[in-house]
Amino acid sequence: MRSRRFSARQSALFLSLLGLVLLVASRFVDELRTYQGAQVAVYVIAIASIVLLTGYSGQISLGHGAIMALGGYGAALSFTVWNFPFPLAILFGTFVGTVGGFILGVAAARLSGPYLAGSTLALAVGLPTLADQFHILGGEQGLNFDIGDPPHWVAKLGGANFTQYKWFFWITTIIALFTIWSITNLLHSSFGRNWRAGRNNAVAAGLAGINVPRGKVLAFTVSSALASLAGGLFGLLLGLVTPTAFPLSLSFAIVTGAVLAGVGSLAGSILGGVVLVAIPELSGALATHLGGSQKVTANLPGLLMSSLLILVVLFMPDGVRVRKIK
Amino acid sequence: MSAGLIVKNLSVSYGAVGAVHDLSFEIHPGELVALIGANGAGKSTLLRTLSGLISPSSGEVSWNDYSLLGKKPEELVRLGIVHISEGKAVIPELTVSENLTLGGIWRGDKSDVAAARSETLEIFPALVGRLHQRADSLSGGERQMLAIGRALISRPKLLLLDEPSLGLAPLMIEEIFKAISELRHRLGLTVLLVEQNAVSALRIADRGLILSLGALVTSGTPAELNADPQLRAAYLGI
Amino acid sequence: MFIDTLLIGISSGAIYSLMALALVLVWRSTRVVNFAQSGQAVFSTYIGYEITVRTHNYWISLPVAIICGALLGSLVDLLFMRPLLRRVKSGPIAELAPVIATLGLLGLLQSLLGLIWGNAFLQYASPLSAKGFTFGSHTIPFSPQNLFIVLASALVLVVFGLIFKYTDLGLALRAASFQPEIAQLAGVRVSRVRNIGWAFAGATGALAGAVITPTSTLSPNSLDLLFVSGFIAAVIGGLDSLVGAVVGGLVLGVGFSFILQYIGSSVTFLVGFIILMVVLLVRPRGIFGHKLGRHA
Repeated sequence: MRSRRFSARQSALFLSLLGLVLLVASRFVDELRTYQGAQVAVYVIAIASIVLLTGYSGQISLGHGAIMALGGYGAALSFTVWNFPFPLAILFGTFVGTVGGFILGVAAARLSGPYLAGSTLALAVGLPTLADQFHILGGEQGLNFDIGDPPHWVAKLGGANFTQYKWFFWITTIIALFTIWSITNLLHSSFGRNWRAGRNNAVAAGLAGINVPRGKVLAFTVSSALASLAGGLFGLLLGLVTPTAFPLSLSFAIVTGAVLAGVGSLAGSILGGVVLVAIPELSGALATHLGGSQKVTANLPGLLMSSLLILVVLFMPDGVRVRKIK
Repeated sequence: MSAGLIVKNLSVSYGAVGAVHDLSFEIHPGELVALIGANGAGKSTLLRTLSGLISPSSGEVSWNDYSLLGKKPEELVRLGIVHISEGKAVIPELTVSENLTLGGIWRGDKSDVAAARSETLEIFPALVGRLHQRADSLSGGERQMLAIGRALISRPKLLLLDEPSLGLAPLMIEEIFKAISELRHRLGLTVLLVEQNAVSALRIADRGLILSLGALVTSGTPAELNADPQLRAAYLGI
Repeated sequence: MFIDTLLIGISSGAIYSLMALALVLVWRSTRVVNFAQSGQAVFSTYIGYEITVRTHNYWISLPVAIICGALLGSLVDLLFMRPLLRRVKSGPIAELAPVIATLGLLGLLQSLLGLIWGNAFLQYASPLSAKGFTFGSHTIPFSPQNLFIVLASALVLVVFGLIFKYTDLGLALRAASFQPEIAQLAGVRVSRVRNIGWAFAGATGALAGAVITPTSTLSPNSLDLLFVSGFIAAVIGGLDSLVGAVVGGLVLGVGFSFILQYIGSSVTFLVGFIILMVVLLVRPRGIFGHKLGRHA
């Protein structure tokens, strides 16, 4: 049993301060970095969903990109077709994803290891194609999810030159920090303990009175809530959701991010998010430096990411541990 | 005698706990030595170390002056050392015939393998009718026969038997022990027989070793061991 | 119409079976799902491609690709999987690590291919026509290349079946996959046998790539969807079962073909997912899967 390093209140305080610092700092950062910061925040939420599902509850999913798609499409649909204001749209997307996750979780609780991996993989490939079948989902063009410029009162708060990207950064960062705080509390509660007990030894846990299958379904559901939340925000950042916005590689990327971060470490999700955004950026720069041929530019990010992944799994199977949140 | 199994100052840890402590003993060629002790005495750990599944933390083991340390189990089989492990010695998903064949696939001399196989079937006729049945459909006694039969096809010189009587009915136990005793005389095998069933084991053994908590308590001939009332009460369950 | 769809289904099913077979071979010997399988297969296919470019001979390129696949499979086991499995024995990552590691290897192989050959779509030339057979005025969408695919797959399956059932090597492979420790104690060189299993799997994947690629195009990612289908097929059939791999592949191939024909292309994988879930809910180990023993 892991005892808490910081109480719920302490971490709330810390995260709020962190949030404040980030929001203020964003005033001084250029547009590209601001946008990337928002991307990091979204990845953090997505990675947290895997940390919960795999690190704590011991279930593998290679299809969380599809669940993100549920969130993204749910949000965009309610925004475009039913004119929901965007916060409500995001909530709706999260709701859709949570329900889907629950259904999936019920099936998943019966499956183990590679069978679960296979099923989620099939989902990841299959689900996005659904958008092509139903006109209401916008087909290939997708659905619009452009939330427009920040409202006046926020722009005033944000100071001069408060662009849309800065608005994105504020939204995603605040939500990400709040999410981390809530999930940390959840993981330290009896739910979290039961998940880990079930993951370590299902038989023993069952004998100790823990309803392991129910815990697994719960974990899958909460994990899907996180993933679909991230999916909705993902769509928000893109301004658009299309079937190709949630490819198989997205599912792999967030699992990768979770592994890099240390699959059992929530704090590591932040690191994971940073890495997922930093690697394409760095390798892009490196590629240009190396001469910028098409072959190099297209393949260097993948090469670096894969090598990093292999090295981490081989030499740091617990991920890059973030020791203390100071 | 220089040949035979020589164990010197063997220590093996199983996890954090030391399972065998500074154990030394010898088995001369052709002897049947019974290793007796309660559960947790370290008997299985010892056998698994002798057959190469576990590495000891210190000590020496040699067979006919050839060091066994650091060798993989499959290599030791080629030296004639065969370990029939407790409870899982046959592959349940394979047929009886396939299990037997398995004993000989590493060998080059296929005609001798065939000869060994027919000898085995003579010794254990109960297997003949079940050749094409899956091993998991066999009774406990039949499985033990199959395990020993498979071992014989490897033409072993040193047989390490881990609790062959486990889970068997008394009549079956008698049969198995009779077979072991006959076999080792007929084939000149050296046998290390690990058992909780001390009575049956000592009946066919030349010598007995008593192990407790990983250390050797005493050794002697069956007559000597049986004569000591304290030993009898504590270890032989008599 | 029905026959056409069925024939196409059998042809694609044959390929899924090959991929599924490769996955099952590795699973049985090492208890790992090799996500890098499509990367290994496509790598070997690129080698075959190079041979056809240089020699203009498809029939030489096939054995070369297969041998390359076998070698690559063996190397991946020796240099990659063994160190990995030695290091990662427990903890939350233990089940996940081989999945991630092989995904990493996949990405690595594909990036390397892109760096060497570029990402453009290449044509792997085969002397067999990709145009359907014609019977009178009717052309069925089943070409000589498709026929070759079915024959090659059938041959592989028969050969493997024979090896597994009737040879000492096959017995050793099976014994090592069921109970590695008992097999060791019986004298089977388990690591060597496992390596052979990986080599077989690599060869099978390479064959699948080399026979299917002439019908479309070659690129670093061209076998990915094939892998996913192969994986689904293997899971449907039961990861433990070679027969299951074949059955699963055919079921999926024929199923996809009919869905493609009568419903439309975009839902194929979704329906595949549904087929998969239905099978697993009824038999969580797959149709022919064995009940898992003490370890998964």
